[in-house]
Amino acid sequence: MIPELGHYALVLALFVALVQSVPPLIGAATRNAAWMNVAVPAALAQMMLVLIAYGALTWAHVVSDFSVLNVVQNSHSLKPMLYKVSGVWGNHEGSMMLWIVMLTIFGAAVALFGRNLPPTLKARVLAVQGLIGVGFLLFILITSNPFIRVMPAPLDGNDLNPLLQDPGLAFHPPFLYAGYVGFSMAFSFAVAALIEGRVDPAWARWVRPWTLAAWSTLTMGIAMGSWWAYYELGWGGWWYWDPVENASFMPWLAGTALLHSAIVVEKRDALKSWTILLAIVTFSLSLMGTFLVRSGILTSVHAFAVDPKRGVFILVLLAIATGGSLLLYSLRAPTLKAGGLFAPISREGALVLNNLLLSTATATVFIGTLYPLFLDIMKLGKVSVGAPFFNATFVPVAIPMVVAMVVGPFLSWKRADLGSALTRLWAAGVAVVVAVAVTAYVKAGGGPLLALVGVALAAWAFVGSLAEFAERIGLFRTSFRNSWNRAVHLPRSAWGMTIAHACLGLSILGMTGTSAWQTESITAMKPGDRAEVAGYEFRFDSVGLVTGPNFQAERGVFTVTRDGKPVATLEPERRSYSTTRMTTTESAIHTTVFSDLYVALGDPTQNGTAWIVRIYHHPLVPWIWIGGVGMMLGGLVSLTDRRFRIGAPERRRAAGKTAPLPAE
Amino acid sequence: MRRLLYLLPFLLFIGVGVAFYLGFERDPRDIPSALIDKPAPVFELPPIEGLPASAGLSSARLTGDVTLVNVFASWCIPCKAEHPVITRLSREKGVTVFGINYKDKPEDARTWLSRNGDPYAAIGADQDGRVSIDWGVYGVPESYLIDRQGRIRFKHVGPLTPEVIDQQILPMVKHLRQG
Repeated sequence: MIPELGHYALVLALFVALVQSVPPLIGAATRNAAWMNVAVPAALAQMMLVLIAYGALTWAHVVSDFSVLNVVQNSHSLKPMLYKVSGVWGNHEGSMMLWIVMLTIFGAAVALFGRNLPPTLKARVLAVQGLIGVGFLLFILITSNPFIRVMPAPLDGNDLNPLLQDPGLAFHPPFLYAGYVGFSMAFSFAVAALIEGRVDPAWARWVRPWTLAAWSTLTMGIAMGSWWAYYELGWGGWWYWDPVENASFMPWLAGTALLHSAIVVEKRDALKSWTILLAIVTFSLSLMGTFLVRSGILTSVHAFAVDPKRGVFILVLLAIATGGSLLLYSLRAPTLKAGGLFAPISREGALVLNNLLLSTATATVFIGTLYPLFLDIMKLGKVSVGAPFFNATFVPVAIPMVVAMVVGPFLSWKRADLGSALTRLWAAGVAVVVAVAVTAYVKAGGGPLLALVGVALAAWAFVGSLAEFAERIGLFRTSFRNSWNRAVHLPRSAWGMTIAHACLGLSILGMTGTSAWQTESITAMKPGDRAEVAGYEFRFDSVGLVTGPNFQAERGVFTVTRDGKPVATLEPERRSYSTTRMTTTESAIHTTVFSDLYVALGDPTQNGTAWIVRIYHHPLVPWIWIGGVGMMLGGLVSLTDRRFRIGAPERRRAAGKTAPLPAE
Repeated sequence: MRRLLYLLPFLLFIGVGVAFYLGFERDPRDIPSALIDKPAPVFELPPIEGLPASAGLSSARLTGDVTLVNVFASWCIPCKAEHPVITRLSREKGVTVFGINYKDKPEDARTWLSRNGDPYAAIGADQDGRVSIDWGVYGVPESYLIDRQGRIRFKHVGPLTPEVIDQQILPMVKHLRQG
């Protein structure tokens, strides 16, 4: 009964979404307030209905209702509760449900908090958001209905892929989707602005918080995915340039560009049509990611079950959303009024450079990901593009990007003096020299030359970003108390930028460290054997059998010592899942923040007395994710900036005041 | 002229969209092989260095029974995805599976096998990829079904899935064993 209720709610949501789109669009065109206002209750109702449907599906998974096909295919009565709940979005149908849940929550947020938006803009934003909902609800109902029953119901389900039964992966999709779908807000605002034919700083002030929120969650989602790959796939690799990883990385790069170009629209009323284009492209890349993962057009381990019907449907959606908005763009963008002028060397100029580099990086990843497809359909042969291509093309674009990222905030708006900005960066320059010298001394002859470049970039980004903050608050130039006051009263967006930029430096340090200086030992070990890696001694104590809810495992116990002093006890497992007959390796990791000790238990040798044991020492690797979390926090801090909470009209009135208001 | 610039994103998108549409008509795994129904190339490969109880692989071993030759590498992620499928084919369906370890470091290959299990009856290490060129390998993973006379009868590019095993490989194995 409950699955039928969910199904019914989903159908109803489709019709409510139509009501959310069509009347408000007509109302906005004819200035009919009543028709425009329909969008607000419709957006709320659509969210409620979709939540009911999602709740119904979750219920079916939680109580293991094996008369529902989706539950049979992806669950098992013995699966731990956490994975029964997360298993809802661990499959194609359920993940589309989560997608639409996010979409309607964002729509409802505009309906609730958009009181100070101009009425026609608000109606049009909600209408566009509703149209996206119509497309995806149709997609779910026609090609991917999660509420289909099976008759007769089997006694138990097929279980979820054990690789996905992991806390890191359980919470990775919600963040990722919140990011993808969050960019739909920027898209809806862009399309609404094109229909209105008007883009102004108030518009940018509205778009920026949504973009920031989407960007922050996407950053978190990507970081979690990479962390999962690190400890679960067990190669110590944290990024594989797999098509599906790239599909999440492209919207991130484009979204980062959008985040920065929207600042120029907001502060200087320039780069308008470029920002609109970026908003469309960013969301389109999110949609394209959805398409690539589900159409089977590229091969990837992450791909969902392939169904050409679904692929064609998403392609049609993509054609309508992206094709339609780009056509609208080509018609309306030339009529947008150009705003403030600026010299090439200026804050705006730096942000334009940032945008050029980020767009180039996005294009690089795009070409690398789709090149095999393009070549194949032109009958020019089959190729695969892997990490060497991306390392050779992406890294050269990323390096100047990071260099410029630090200089940009030192430049003033309109026209700036590059020389004086660089002299104020002396501290970062010193940090680079010291970091490179120390690295070269400590790691004399070890690791590639590129590692030194990585360390230099990390130091530059970290110290340079902090130096800019120090300069703003006049650190060491005025009393500490005074600096503290200035820091407290700085806009949160300034805090956010410093945090995010500095944390990118930390991530670069982690990426460099683990790529260049990882050490490992892979040997057959018997209980009692010892191995030494990077100055740590690993003693293999014993192996025991463990029974989990839906798996059996061998659990090894390793005592790690350094110079005779105990450091950690590590217990890696080798699990065999009975239903799916898959084996997974649960590596055990001891982190000292500066490095990870990583032990994985492999197969037993043929006579059964020894096991292949892999021990890794990954220097600095935790900083990749610490930096990632930091970037997300930077985004969130920036999101609390008061100008996003206070409406545009109030701000204009308050513009006369010069005294800084206390930040709450 | 300026208007044309604004139309450019739309035109680019049309191109990408058409490419996606045409992409449906091809299967990224479907690669024609010129070697179908021809004898498997003559080769002799050493075992993976340091792998205990391994004898390497040569074309002599491919005759007698229907066998599957699977080209894999530790650095190839889809290989990891297909590994349980191959293990099942070898251990439960009784099909002899030989491995060609493609452009791999011996220590990486050893680790990979110890970690994921070794379903192969024998493995030849093709470190420089020469032998794989003779087989017409485009990329890893690839699998070849060899009949009792040592002829290549079927080729699959990309990871083997349970569907491919059930719908294509097993019926063919049955047929070839009879014939």
